[in-house]
Amino acid sequence: MRKTLLAAAAAFLLAGSISAGISTSAWAADKLKVGFIYLGPVGDLGWTYQHELARQALVKEFGDKVETTYLENVPEGPDAERAIEQLVRAGNKLIFTTSFGYMDPTLKVAKKYPDVHFEHCSGYKRDANMATYSSRWYQGRYIQGQIAAKMSKSGVLGYIGSFPIPEVVSGINATMLGAQSINPNIKVKIIWANSWFDPGKEADSAKALLDQGADVIMQHTDSPAAMQIASERGKVAFGQDSEMIKFGPKSQLTSIMDTWAPYYISRVKAQLDGTWKSEDTWGGLETKMFQMAPYTNMPDDVKKMAEDTEAAITAGKLQPFKCPVVDQDGKEVECKGGDHLGDGQVLGMNFYVKGIDDKMPGK
Amino acid sequence: MQFVLEKRTERSNTIALVSPLIAIGLTIVTMSILFAILGKNPVAALGVYFIDPLTDSYSLQEIAVKATPLVMIAVGLSLCYLANAWNIGAEGQFLIGAVAGSWIAVKTQGTDAGYWVLPAMLAAGAAAGALYALIPAICKTRFGASEILTSLMLVYVADLFLDYLVRGPWRDPAGFNFPTTAEFDPVATVPVLIAGGRLHLGAIIALIVVAAASVLLGRTIKGFEIRVVGAAPRAARFGGFNSDQLILLTFAISGALAGLAGIIEVAGPVGHLQPGISPGYGFTAIIVAFLGRLNPIGILIAGLFLALTFIGGEQAQIAMKIPLDVTKVFQGLLLFYVLACDSLILYRFRLIFASRQVSRGTG
Amino acid sequence: MELAEAIILSVLAASTPLLIAATGELVTERSGVLNLGVEGMMIVGAACGFGGAWLSGSIIVGAVCGIVAGTLLSLIFAMMTLGLAVNQVASGLALTILGIGLSGLIGAGFVGERITPAAHLHIPGLTDIPLVGRILFGEDAFVYLSLALVVGVWWFLYKTRAGLILRACGDNHTSAHALGYPVLRIRMYAVMFGGACAGLAGAYLPLAYTPFFIPGMTAGRGWIALALTVFASWRPGRLVIGAYLFGAVTILQLHAQGAGIGIPSQFMSSLPYLATVIVLVALSRARTGGSTAPAALGTVFVPDR
Repeated sequence: MRKTLLAAAAAFLLAGSISAGISTSAWAADKLKVGFIYLGPVGDLGWTYQHELARQALVKEFGDKVETTYLENVPEGPDAERAIEQLVRAGNKLIFTTSFGYMDPTLKVAKKYPDVHFEHCSGYKRDANMATYSSRWYQGRYIQGQIAAKMSKSGVLGYIGSFPIPEVVSGINATMLGAQSINPNIKVKIIWANSWFDPGKEADSAKALLDQGADVIMQHTDSPAAMQIASERGKVAFGQDSEMIKFGPKSQLTSIMDTWAPYYISRVKAQLDGTWKSEDTWGGLETKMFQMAPYTNMPDDVKKMAEDTEAAITAGKLQPFKCPVVDQDGKEVECKGGDHLGDGQVLGMNFYVKGIDDKMPGK
Repeated sequence: MQFVLEKRTERSNTIALVSPLIAIGLTIVTMSILFAILGKNPVAALGVYFIDPLTDSYSLQEIAVKATPLVMIAVGLSLCYLANAWNIGAEGQFLIGAVAGSWIAVKTQGTDAGYWVLPAMLAAGAAAGALYALIPAICKTRFGASEILTSLMLVYVADLFLDYLVRGPWRDPAGFNFPTTAEFDPVATVPVLIAGGRLHLGAIIALIVVAAASVLLGRTIKGFEIRVVGAAPRAARFGGFNSDQLILLTFAISGALAGLAGIIEVAGPVGHLQPGISPGYGFTAIIVAFLGRLNPIGILIAGLFLALTFIGGEQAQIAMKIPLDVTKVFQGLLLFYVLACDSLILYRFRLIFASRQVSRGTG
Repeated sequence: MELAEAIILSVLAASTPLLIAATGELVTERSGVLNLGVEGMMIVGAACGFGGAWLSGSIIVGAVCGIVAGTLLSLIFAMMTLGLAVNQVASGLALTILGIGLSGLIGAGFVGERITPAAHLHIPGLTDIPLVGRILFGEDAFVYLSLALVVGVWWFLYKTRAGLILRACGDNHTSAHALGYPVLRIRMYAVMFGGACAGLAGAYLPLAYTPFFIPGMTAGRGWIALALTVFASWRPGRLVIGAYLFGAVTILQLHAQGAGIGIPSQFMSSLPYLATVIVLVALSRARTGGSTAPAALGTVFVPDR
């Protein structure tokens, strides 16, 4: 009896392998296959969620012409290279890897498969078939700094950081420069959560900042927890990555929303037309790489100011890192971009500007 | 009617071989139901999980790459568990080993250091892992502090220490301040075995570790001591075995193996030190150790099998759009079934009716 | 003073899920069963708790859903370790993996939704007492419930016959069995209680702490609860101290950062863990005669008839 059972199980397995073989080979049509590697779960409400929305926009735009696949929750360690290569082997010809930690794995796989195109988000290494793209979020942070300075009664801003990487540090600096343009004596308190994503800890950090006298909360972590706390305490806050007004209808001032869809659509279009080239795209408000959520919960004059600043930055008339930029020790930073800091200086920023009396971690 | 377990007087070898097959059969049935509920073709889905990864050399290599650290760590842990020493902090020992080995790689970077670099790195990784594992072991033998807790706590400390190093002192000077060391030099890299693939020397080291552990447990007095202390501590005391010494020894061995696995992973598939080098290897290895019934050969098989489900899970996401969460449920169920069926080896099941007992032979 | 009050309020809230989950695990372990699957039961409790509250609009329904979910999951564990005598460490880890997967599947339908969090108490007169009023009478009900739970467990373990029997099962299952107690059934109840508490602790996060569900939102709190049980050397009183101490160190390191105390944040973050190790060593050292762990903890028991 047991033997027959086993034989049945073996036959079942075998049948499985045959039909699976058929179904995967039947897949290979002449659609363009586009693959995505995600850091978090698609439902994280933040970073990965916004990439996922852009993927869905892609499907809507191109319909039958593309077939998309994603791998979610891919850790930035030894598994990343395999995950990317699996997408290549499944026939994907254009692959978006959406976190900084995928840089070296993407490069390794790109060298191995020269006829596949790769797009890496937020890194700095490129190759003939590997492009990079990122967003000038610091532009939005400058606007937020101005709004915060107008809205704060205590003159103290609370900032929840994830990790002290240049993207986050340049965001803090842009915020401060924006705020100082309104109130030269503005103060900022910074708490590093040492995590992109831990709702409980983000909530605790927000509480600690509010308890210490901050009355505007800004965050560079991914969940809506801080917004929620601000809302509970009747304070104001800025969202991150996505629209978070649902979590603070009376609190959200605005939010920096990642809107990758236009970029993804243009790159897929280029791939379909055969015009894809490896480029470094660092877009900002002017290319709608990110957008500001509607300005809410603020007086009309503040809203007007924010809109004016947004328009000025979009038109290239206002540079958040306009020279001279002075670091926290009072030294003037070398100006490598003409009348403002060069892109390389912002991409590798590891100093605080004057007015931040905190010490940068790791310095 | 009552259901009871009864200890077998002798181990049934037939059952030992058949039980994993029953477990797989049960998993197949359960998952078929789950796939059907999710609207996926169960036969095709199971084929993608179990069979597809075994059909091409790329996937086979990747299975070996994924299994290498799991097997190395699990073999060390099995020695601890056999001796009744509960090291659940292998994750931390893995990280510290990676850090110590990377220290040599970072310090010799760009110099004309010769071929001694890699062996020195491996030695440093193993030594540091062993020392780090000795902390909970000494806390246990000297102060009686629970090693389960202290070894677990030290995981978080190691994680944060690594984080500090790559965001501060060891940061790649040319890396725009991103949290990673520079790519290791070729002399500091574990060589790959097959050009173009990722299978590396570590796989062979893992096989040597399995063989050595088999000899240690099966053929030496020390191995006998380990098994006696675990199985019959009172008898061991009468036999004059020093259980404290064995705790220190097994912790040191398992720490050394975890540390070695750590530096091999960093100097091999990853190529530099960065946060997140371990997707939970240290914890997954605990499961591998038990799935392998704390036997080196069994661990080798269990490690390869668990690696198969990881690779299969990715291919299922790509080929059939099966969410990663389903793979987690699948792995959890599989582990439960395998563990449950394994208890058939030690026990036989009996149904007892209230009035009379029905005894039936099992074969 | 106001800052101190605010810090204490934050600590109370941050410690509550740890305390609830650890109390459940304490009872489980006191009966001799080590269930490492707390994290898995918590995250499923969070998903089901949020789902229940979102669908029904009631926090209480949500809490009940969390409790039921945690209990059901713990029953799988009980079936494995008690029914089939499977190794408890491995089963607990498997339970965690299963729980993380299940929570993702269950929670997928609720991502992006939010609910009104559990209200903070307001008892006229009492809550308005300066300094202590908000701490003693102004948090959400779960905070006080968790303390009542600990008191209840203490009373049960030390003041009732049933508690004595449960501890006997954990210390020497063979003797307990010889005396005619149904060891496996008692352990099953203890495991279910642990599951119920873990489910409630998980549900606390989306119901009162951050009123939305996100996969992985427990972020390792189940593991900390496990550590606390050992830290407390399996005593309810010490559990309260441990949970609040852990909460306090976590919150204080955030406050130290906000105040601009320039210690690398990684060192600050590792403080709670280092503190646990040191306190544990100190406690174990002060005690003569070794650890106070339930002697039969983690060992398999198969009654022979």
